[in-house]
Amino acid sequence: MKKFQTVLFACLMIVMLFTACQPAPTPTAAPSAPAASAPSTATELTFYYPVAVAGPITQIIDGYIAKFEQANPDIKVKAVLSGGYGDTLTKIQTTIKGGGTPPDVAVLLSTDLYSLVDSNAIMPMDDAIKAAGGDTLTSDFYPAYLANSNYQGHIWSLPFQRSIPVLFYNKDMFKTAGLDPAKPPTTYQEMVDDAKKLTKADGSTWGLEISSDGIPYWLFQSFVIGSGSNVFSASNKVTFDSPVVAQSLQDFMDLSGKDKVMPTGILLWANMPNDFANGKAAMIWHSSGSLTNILKQAKFDVGVSYTVGEKGFGAPTGGGNMYILKGISPEHQAAAFKFVQFMTSPDIQADWSIHTGYVASRKSAYDTQAMKDNITKVPQAGVAPAGLQYAGPELATHNNAQIQKFLGDAVQAALTGKSAPADALKNAQQQADQVLSQFKE
Amino acid sequence: MMRRPPNGAAALPYLLILPTLFFVVVFTLWPLIRVIYDSLFVENQAVQVPQFAGLENFLALFMSSAFRDVLYNTLIYVVITVPASTLFALSLALMLNREFKTRGLFRLAFFYPSMLPMVSAATIFLFMYTPGYGLINVFLSFFGVADQNWLGTPSLALPALMILGIWKQTGFYMIFFLAGLQGLPHDIFESARLDGASTLQSIRYITMPLLMGTTLFVTTIAVVNAFETVDQVYIMTSGGPVNSTSMLLFNMYETLFNYLDIGKASAMSVILIAMLLIFTTINFINTERNATYE
Repeated sequence: MKKFQTVLFACLMIVMLFTACQPAPTPTAAPSAPAASAPSTATELTFYYPVAVAGPITQIIDGYIAKFEQANPDIKVKAVLSGGYGDTLTKIQTTIKGGGTPPDVAVLLSTDLYSLVDSNAIMPMDDAIKAAGGDTLTSDFYPAYLANSNYQGHIWSLPFQRSIPVLFYNKDMFKTAGLDPAKPPTTYQEMVDDAKKLTKADGSTWGLEISSDGIPYWLFQSFVIGSGSNVFSASNKVTFDSPVVAQSLQDFMDLSGKDKVMPTGILLWANMPNDFANGKAAMIWHSSGSLTNILKQAKFDVGVSYTVGEKGFGAPTGGGNMYILKGISPEHQAAAFKFVQFMTSPDIQADWSIHTGYVASRKSAYDTQAMKDNITKVPQAGVAPAGLQYAGPELATHNNAQIQKFLGDAVQAALTGKSAPADALKNAQQQADQVLSQFKE
Repeated sequence: MMRRPPNGAAALPYLLILPTLFFVVVFTLWPLIRVIYDSLFVENQAVQVPQFAGLENFLALFMSSAFRDVLYNTLIYVVITVPASTLFALSLALMLNREFKTRGLFRLAFFYPSMLPMVSAATIFLFMYTPGYGLINVFLSFFGVADQNWLGTPSLALPALMILGIWKQTGFYMIFFLAGLQGLPHDIFESARLDGASTLQSIRYITMPLLMGTTLFVTTIAVVNAFETVDQVYIMTSGGPVNSTSMLLFNMYETLFNYLDIGKASAMSVILIAMLLIFTTINFINTERNATYE
């Protein structure tokens, strides 16, 4: 009996061991139950997409995919919501590093380009674009957005969900303060003057709020681009310690220091729309994508204008592009590009913009009836696309996350008084140079 | 003469521990060996194929002021939250060990925070720390304290995280102390009271030494938990402002997943493991020396 018990025990252990060893289902594994109606020759694409704005994003994306599959019965798309931009990039890069199968198509930051090329993760779209119309296709995309797709003479991505920072202002407060609500500020100095009139002495309202947590470099770039310059000059060269950048940082600091139109310290991005809707801030800088959320919350007339630097309007672009991953079969490549073309088509871009607040990446999207009707209903939605003429490239280099952090830390150090702006920027420049020196252009 | 064990029974112990051993090897031992191995190579976005570099990663880390700040922040966090939460937990346990009507309710109230996922607690506290209308600032304004930008001021951000950490973990450690207290014999306390010992004296000379085993356990768990702080940082501050809340595990996450620097991240892991091993060993030796067991 004892021997039987031992053997039984042993079998139990081994069975438990093996059941525990079941590999967890990976998102790229084929579905275990194939759809009964799908032809066995259907190409199945895996599509990773992040969510960066509020709204029923999954439903909207599923709707687009259903439309696409209807028009292309030989292609099936499996959409996987993969967290934020950072999570999506991490998932893909760790899959590739671990020797696994990456998805076929993914939405990633436009500035992830160099990191993706360095890790040999994506494939260029030149041939597919040429076959789909070449220049007639690319000329319809806003140049400011397409600029992030070029590297080493190839086009690597197509803009899908893009934005720029904009200036939201409380038109009612403008009127009360004696300012013309139809004339938002057009330069840094005008913005400071307006903010001074809007700031209440008892501290219940600040004239202006610009956040500096999370990714401070983005809003900071508005100051620099609005002064006619930028914070980098090549994929392996940054210009953090240039005089224009130093002056821009000083301008940012003066808002809470010298001019006292902004609270001191680091303000949080997540709090800005609430502060604006509550009347705590008369003007804020935030993503164009926050428009829908702000309009919902604000009980006053909301004005939208552009962020400024010393010379005038200026803003970096933001948001994500569609990339096709490397190492997928030629049938998958063809199907993937068809999908990318569909998702960046004018009608889909118009619909996507109306429902999310992103700026449509194609000029012809603004000629569609749906978009024209939307702008009649919500005139503020037409402001951001018109601002693309003032846009400059977003900071994008090799090892981008780390370079962005160096600049962000310098901005925060200056704003909190931890170091003088010139020292902070010089330190950031040195650190960035050290990291970037290992990369060719 | 030695009795021969029945057939097959000799193999039984090994078979019984086989599943656990398997998991320990796959999820603890193998990653440990792998991480020590990886820390000796340079592998990042510029160097895609690993190159042997010996202790270069460790040297680079210790020479970088950013990493020294990370170590400093982490040590401050540990040195303050561990004694604080342990002491609070012990006091609460002593108070809640007495008999009174609503005792169960109080125990639940104090234990409840530790049942929340840290991510949820951090998200709630993110809004509680908001300047102006955040609950904490509103509460403090009743005492005349000026409005503070908790998560946006370098000197206040880390204390803000520490408060959240202590609030969350104290209830958890309190349960361990309660269990320990309830295992103590009553007769010693009775005889001490008969001899004229005050409550404080009996706590100091009887309860504390007898609780040494539990205290050892709680402090070890508390230190490991404190070193593993990452959820609050990720949700509330992302290591800012100006790296004042950049802690070791969060920095490791950033280095590995955002900067794809496998060599450096592995080196940081080795440093973390070494620090925890050293602390745990010292703690064990120290407490074992002072412990009194039944």
